Amino acid sequence: MRAFLRALPWIGPALALIVLVVLFPIGLMIGNSTRDISQSGIDRGGVGLANYAEVFAFPYFWPIVGRTLVWVVVVVGLTVVISLALAQLLDKAFPGRRFVRMAVVVPWAASVVMTTLVVHYGLEPYFGIINAFLVDVGLIDRPEGFGWTRNPGTAFAWAIVVAVFVSLPFTTYTILAGLQTVPGDTVEAARIDGAGPVRAYFGVILPQLRSALAVAVLINIINVFNSLPILRVMTGSIPGYDADTVMTMIFKYLQNQHRIDLASALSVVAFVLVVVIVGVYLRVVRPLEEV
Amino acid sequence: MTEATGPPSGSVPSGSVPVRAARTRRYTEDQVPLGAVVLRTTAGLAVLVVFLLPYLIMFFGSVKTKAQIRSVDPTYFPVEWHWENYLDMWSTPETPLVQNLVSTLVISVCATLLVLAVALPAAYYTARFRFPGRYIFLFLVIVTQMMQPAVLTSGLFREFLAVGLLDTWAAMILVNAAFNLSFAVWIMHSFFAGIPKEVDEAAQLDGAGTFTVLTRINLPLVWPGVVTAIVFTFVASWNEFAASLVLLSTAGNQPLSVALTKFVGQYETSWHYVFGVSVVAIVPVVLLFLAIEKRLVGGLTAGSLK
Repeated sequence: MRAFLRALPWIGPALALIVLVVLFPIGLMIGNSTRDISQSGIDRGGVGLANYAEVFAFPYFWPIVGRTLVWVVVVVGLTVVISLALAQLLDKAFPGRRFVRMAVVVPWAASVVMTTLVVHYGLEPYFGIINAFLVDVGLIDRPEGFGWTRNPGTAFAWAIVVAVFVSLPFTTYTILAGLQTVPGDTVEAARIDGAGPVRAYFGVILPQLRSALAVAVLINIINVFNSLPILRVMTGSIPGYDADTVMTMIFKYLQNQHRIDLASALSVVAFVLVVVIVGVYLRVVRPLEEV
Repeated sequence: MTEATGPPSGSVPSGSVPVRAARTRRYTEDQVPLGAVVLRTTAGLAVLVVFLLPYLIMFFGSVKTKAQIRSVDPTYFPVEWHWENYLDMWSTPETPLVQNLVSTLVISVCATLLVLAVALPAAYYTARFRFPGRYIFLFLVIVTQMMQPAVLTSGLFREFLAVGLLDTWAAMILVNAAFNLSFAVWIMHSFFAGIPKEVDEAAQLDGAGTFTVLTRINLPLVWPGVVTAIVFTFVASWNEFAASLVLLSTAGNQPLSVALTKFVGQYETSWHYVFGVSVVAIVPVVLLFLAIEKRLVGGLTAGSLK
C-alpha cells in the first residue's frame, strides 16, 4: 500500500484524466441510455430499456447496421490489400524512395475533414475537377455530373474511397515496420530453394507479417468504425437515412433531434458492435496464432 | 511483387547489370536488374502523384478566383494566380476564421502540454518501478487506446454540461489530452524501459534524487519518444472533429476542422477560401509528421510488434 502511495504522485494525474474524461463518461452514457431526457436536457426519470427499444424499432436501424458492417469490412479490407502492395514497393530500393515515403505520410497528417472537402468539391456538377476529369477521359458523358454527392449510393461509395485513402498511410507504415522484422536470410533461403518472388512473398514474407497485420487491422477496425468526418461531409447533406452508419446516426440523434437519451443508447449499441466485430475478426482470422 | 510483372528488359540475367548495387538492402538480390529499378521508380512516381493529388487540387484551387473555381468549364491549373486570397479569406462571412485558427492552436498546444505533463511521469514510473496496481494502470491505458471520443460524445456532452465546461476550450483540451494520453504513455514507457537500470543506479549513487534522474539522466535518452508523443498528440488534437462538433457550439470557439464543414451545402460555396485555409492548416502538421518520418516505421508500433 505504501508503494502504491509512493507511485500516486507519478501516475495520479494520468489516472485522474483517464477516469474523469474516459471512464466516467462511459458510465454516464450507459446511465443516460436508460433515462428519459428532454430536448432541453432535463432528466425526466428512468425508462428502463425503452430507449433501446426505440432505437431498434427505428425502420432504418437494421439497414444502418448492415451499412456499417459494409463500411468497416470494405474499407479495412481494401486498405490492407493496397497497403501490403505499397509497403512492398516502399521497402525496395529505388531512386527517390525517400520522397515517395514522404508523400505517403501527407494524408495521415492532413485533416480528414479537409481531405474529404476537396474530394467533395471535386465531385460537384459542372465545376468539380474530378467530375471534369472523368468527363475528359470519357468515363462519364454528362458535364452536369453524376450527382455523385447527391445520391446516397454514390456518395457512400466515394466516402469509402476517401476512407481507404486516409487509412493507407498508417497501415502501410505499420506493415513496413513489420517487414523490417522479417529476417533477410529466410527469404534468401527460399530463393535458394528455387522459390520465385511471388512464392517467396506468399510463402515466407506474408506469414511473418501476421502480428503487424493484426495490429493494423485492429486499429483500422476501431478507426473506421468510429469515423465521422468523411461520411458527414460526403453524405451529410443528403436527406433521409440511406447513407448513414451507426456513427453518423448517433450524431443525427445528438444534433438534429437533440435526443441525448437515444444517442446514448445507440452509442452503447455501437460499443457492443465494435467488440463483436473485433471478436469475429479474432475468432475467424486468428491473427495472433502461430502458423 | 513488382518484379514479378517486369518488362522484357528485366529478364537480363540477374547479376549481369551492376545497377545501383550499393542502394539495395536486406533481402533484395545483391544486384537489382535495371528493369526492376525502372519499374519501381515508375510505380513510386505514380504513388507519389496519387498521394499528393488532393493537396495539389487544394493548392491550385486556393489561388483561383471564385468565378474560376466555380466555372462550368473548369481548368486543372489556375489561369491567374491570386495570392491575395490568402489575405482576403480570413474575413469571409461563413465563420470567424481567425478565431477558429486561434481556437485550433490554443486547444492543440494546451492539450499537448497537458499530455506531456501527465504522461511523462507516468511512463517513467511504470517503466522503472514495480508497485501494486501497476498492471491495472497499464491495462487501463491500453483500454483507453481502444476508445475514441466519437463513440463517447453523448457522455462527454452530459458531463461537461453538468460541470459547466460545455462550449469552452478547457473541455476540448481535456478530451484531446485524455484520448491521446494512452499512446503517449505507451511510447514513452517503451523508451524508458529501453534504458538500462544501471544508468539510474549510477546517478543515484552520486546522490541524484528520482526527479533529477528523470530530468537530467533519462530525458535526453528518451527524447525521440517524447518528440513522437508530442507530434502525435498535437496533430491528433489539431485535426479532431467529432467531439468538437458537439461540445463547442459558439462559432468562434470551434476549431478549423468543424468551421470548414459549414461551407458545404452553401448556395455558393467559396471553395477557394476553404482550400486556402486548408493549405494553411495542413502545411504545419505535415512538416511536423515529416520531421519524425524515420520514427514512424519503427517507433510507432514500439512494443506491439516482435
